[in-house]
Amino acid sequence: MVSNKAEIEVLEAGPHVTLQDAGRPGLMRFGVPNSGPMDRKALTIANTALGNPAGQSGIEVSPAGLRLRLTRGTLTLAIAGGGFAVSRNGQALRAWQVVTLQQGDELTLRPGPWGSWCCLAVAGQLEADTWLGATATHGLSGLGGGALRAGQSLTVNECRTLPERPIPCPVFCRPRRRLNVILGPQDALFSDGTVARFLSQTFRLTAAFDRMGQRLAGPNIAPEAALGIPSQGLTRGAVQVSGDGIASILMADHQTTGGYPKIATVLLDDTDGLAQLRPGDAISFTAITPAKAVQLARQRARAFQCYLAQLASH
Amino acid sequence: MLEFATAIDKEAHRAVLALDAALAAQPFAGFIEAVPAFVTLLVRFDPLVTDRATVEQHLKTLNSAALETVLAGNRHEVSVVYDGSDLAEVARQCGLSEAEVARCHQSGTYEVAMYGFAPGYAYLSGLPAPLAIDRKPNAVRNVPAGSVIIAGGMCLITTLTMPTGWWRIGRTDAQVLTGNPDRPFAFAVGDKIQFNEAKNGL
Repeated sequence: MVSNKAEIEVLEAGPHVTLQDAGRPGLMRFGVPNSGPMDRKALTIANTALGNPAGQSGIEVSPAGLRLRLTRGTLTLAIAGGGFAVSRNGQALRAWQVVTLQQGDELTLRPGPWGSWCCLAVAGQLEADTWLGATATHGLSGLGGGALRAGQSLTVNECRTLPERPIPCPVFCRPRRRLNVILGPQDALFSDGTVARFLSQTFRLTAAFDRMGQRLAGPNIAPEAALGIPSQGLTRGAVQVSGDGIASILMADHQTTGGYPKIATVLLDDTDGLAQLRPGDAISFTAITPAKAVQLARQRARAFQCYLAQLASH
Repeated sequence: MLEFATAIDKEAHRAVLALDAALAAQPFAGFIEAVPAFVTLLVRFDPLVTDRATVEQHLKTLNSAALETVLAGNRHEVSVVYDGSDLAEVARQCGLSEAEVARCHQSGTYEVAMYGFAPGYAYLSGLPAPLAIDRKPNAVRNVPAGSVIIAGGMCLITTLTMPTGWWRIGRTDAQVLTGNPDRPFAFAVGDKIQFNEAKNGL
């Protein structure tokens, strides 16, 4: 293992391509959301494939894509999340794999057959600005590691070269169209008929999405009283409904409080698969009890840990 | 999500802050964070460590003890230059002169009711009644950081350049996001704020 330095030049970076790590939990009381990847499992997998800690800083690629050139050194990367079209010097690669770039090599990631967000981890230490102890970029303010721009240079220290290999894409990393929800906290502000409609009908993702959230199209599910509620804490996965009956699901960079009623909250583990859907995709909601949600969360965590342990042992 | 009232209410807010303080002093295994707001406390827990019934039981034992908690809160002074782009319109709507708006704004004792929306956005309750006007019908873009804005009976010091529908009555160099990693936010929820006019600028 040789310790050395690599430099990456960003040739093209679309909007919302940012530096991310596991985020900054515990600061919502100061108006700061967790941020971190849209698909949190993708960054964990990419890092684990390289023997890194799960939440180490990497690059999150949006549907707008990314093109890089290695201008110095040798750099091993891991790519996971979504089914992107990945190529090295014009030669197609697998969407999920460990790849080593030599000086002068170009790596391109574009939207492929499925998925919306992809994570790149590096076998080394990516230099990045931190804010409140984390690299995770808060999109609205640009605080943290920040969005990538064409012409920008990134430095990776203590690079390790690892053998190239595919990374298996587990079934639980595919897009998730059927979302488990716990009803509430404000389901009582909606009529029984509206709640039934919410749970029985199909919604579609719209093109109005960013790292803060995802607006839905579908049946009108306006609350009975279109009054706001006193602003209250929000979580990733909250399904909030505006007075005119339009639902949105909050994601990584969500506002920390809001006054729109929430008809339901999506199981946190399901939000990664939700992030990998595309505008126009159909989704539906299934109500589960809080006890069932805890049981599912534990079951999913066990399956994920099992997968990660296998990935790390290769 | 614990709800103490359905509308903004001073007593309910004190109960939120008391429970928040009690929980911070005595967290349960698997506690992630609590988010105090006007009448609610959002409590997040790790489902791999605990479950809702266990958390509710823990909060019940705290709830009675919390009533004894004394909430002091630190005091902060904030200097303001009252030259905001909306000052004239606020004065017109309130039936006051611009100088009276400035004096009235300084006469309130404000309390950090909650942080919300965006990093460092501290909602300050205690805006004097003559200045209680509704927000603008439409948000205005690119309101600079450091703006002192009012609406709906609240005051706020902006920390980022952002759109807002609140009225900009002045500006301050007070930094709510301090940039100091040891103490990144100037105010804690429950702190008291006093505004005074920076007569010779900032």
